[in-house]
Amino acid sequence: MSTLEIRDLHVSVQTESGPKEILKGVDLTIRSGETHAIMGPNGSGKSTLAYSIAGHPKYEISSGSVILDGQDLLQLSVDERARAGLFLAMQYPVEVPGVSVANFLRTAKTALDGEAPKLRTWVKDVNAAMDRVNMDAEFANRSVNEGFSGGEKKRHEIVQLELLNPRFAILDETDSGLDIDALRIVSEGVNRFSAQGDRGVLLITHYTRILRYIKPDFVHVFVAGRIAEQGGSELAEKLEAEGYDRYVQAAKQTAAAGAE
Amino acid sequence: MTASPNVAGALETSDQVASHLHPVGSFDVAHHQVPTGLEEIWRFTPLKRLRGLHTDAPFAPGGTTVTAVPAPGVTVTQVRSDDPIVGSSGYVPADRVSARALQAAEAVSVITIPKEAVIDAATVVTVAGYSTEVASAQHTVITAEPFSRATVVLRFEGSAVLADNIEIILGDGAHLTVVSVQDWADDAVHHSSQHALVGRDATLRHVAVSFGGDLVRLNASVAYGTSGGEAELLGLYFADAGQHLEHRLFVDHNAPKSKSNVDYKGALQGKGAHAVWIGDVLIRKAAEGIETYESNRNLVLTDGCRADSVPNLEIETGEIAGAGHASTTGRFDDEQLFYLRSRGIDEAEARRLVVHGFFADIIRKIGIPGIEDKLMEAVEAELAVNVGTPAGVGNPGSPDGFGKVA
Repeated sequence: MSTLEIRDLHVSVQTESGPKEILKGVDLTIRSGETHAIMGPNGSGKSTLAYSIAGHPKYEISSGSVILDGQDLLQLSVDERARAGLFLAMQYPVEVPGVSVANFLRTAKTALDGEAPKLRTWVKDVNAAMDRVNMDAEFANRSVNEGFSGGEKKRHEIVQLELLNPRFAILDETDSGLDIDALRIVSEGVNRFSAQGDRGVLLITHYTRILRYIKPDFVHVFVAGRIAEQGGSELAEKLEAEGYDRYVQAAKQTAAAGAE
Repeated sequence: MTASPNVAGALETSDQVASHLHPVGSFDVAHHQVPTGLEEIWRFTPLKRLRGLHTDAPFAPGGTTVTAVPAPGVTVTQVRSDDPIVGSSGYVPADRVSARALQAAEAVSVITIPKEAVIDAATVVTVAGYSTEVASAQHTVITAEPFSRATVVLRFEGSAVLADNIEIILGDGAHLTVVSVQDWADDAVHHSSQHALVGRDATLRHVAVSFGGDLVRLNASVAYGTSGGEAELLGLYFADAGQHLEHRLFVDHNAPKSKSNVDYKGALQGKGAHAVWIGDVLIRKAAEGIETYESNRNLVLTDGCRADSVPNLEIETGEIAGAGHASTTGRFDDEQLFYLRSRGIDEAEARRLVVHGFFADIIRKIGIPGIEDKLMEAVEAELAVNVGTPAGVGNPGSPDGFGKVA
């Protein structure tokens, strides 16, 4: 049983006019076996939450903690967080020219396990993982994400999720830009991952449509840098019907009241 | 990072036929003034470190040896400098060092690939240096006769002060790869002028690889005998602390339907590492229907390095298929490092992967597996100098101030 605990997380970024606070006190606990969906309008800080937990240097943690099984992730480097069991599927996976997918996957697996994977089974595992998301085995020889379509990049993230098999996976808008077939394929990959029963998923999304394929145990509405409401999957249906507007207006009033 | 994309639209018309950047050359040393460092062609070179090659340092034997191992079917001979094969590339020295070396080298090595011979194995010429106390002058002529296909590797190693001229002549339809590897010891000084004449429908691939030496200044130039020639000029360099590695490219599109592609990549690390890349493509009036692209990319790995990169296009006809250039100089891409590290790969290993990847496409383009492997090994060795802290150390931190984590 693992637990990822986010406590009173405040995060800011540097802008031309000085630091700007994006996350204004986020509290969230994810236990292994649970799938949490974070839903919110653009600019609410959803992606900032994902990248802050993963350790992107752009984000400055002003206060709060992110504890994975008693270990403060915020004290660890990016790669140490990954080795502690964290995985971030990115909204815009990065191209790394000249580094083949095969080399990348093997290097990552070796780093996470502390030893190189057994060659015989590894190649088989990679091919199988690619096949499950309808990626041709030929992709293994291509440079990481270079020249991949948007959908291929997202499927490559799911290949990594399955092969690296972290304890906690954060999926940052993995559904954005996907057509319905790709959305189904990607969702099935996430479901296979969580079906292991002892993995945690934090699914960040703007739209409810991915929730037709992935059933969250908890839904959090994220507005203006904090969680505005929490509930079960019925909350997603409510959002589908009503949108975010009510929450956005409420957040504005709160901000205005705070400024007075 | 900055990128200058295609500038084919920047058409320049002029009645002047000569290149602005490459003044008419001369065989007569007296015609070349001792450079002061203010001249366009010398302004990036630290003259003090040239060991007098640019002034009057006497050339003498004993500083270097040349060992040629010809592939079966290739002949290597020595001729006197008045032999008609010498000068058959049409090369005229463009600077004083080259003119002095040409005058001083009385014996000329001639490598001949016979007509229609298709030779898989590489011919390897090793120039070994033994002393920087004496300056050496050398002259080599490589002739690929019509419809031949071959590879010649020039290896430079050890300690030397060397000025050389290398002429490369491709007959009609010939395919020739010339790889010049500057793998010198730390104190070597090397000024090399390598000029190719590409025949009708012939294809030259020239690869300059510079890893070693205190100062390397390599001029690679190409002209076309008649229409339809192709030249690919590839380069790979790794400048360490205190090293000056300068590559100057000149493609003279003097014939119609000729093609050229210049692609150089370099990495720099350590205090005082200096890379200079000057690319110049001259498209003469007669050169209708040509296609050219030149590109230089530098990856700056630490503070204290300097990369000068100057692409030039001199266009005298608008009737061309394509012309463009690009130059970028940048540090590690933080997003690439973040992506790799977010998969558990530690910082040193992530950097190694990125640099490896940066050079991989150039190395792959060389197309000769044995050489590709050696170059990859050489890149690994360079990386081990400072970037590659051993794997498994964990987070080595950011001694040079970038790629740091929150």
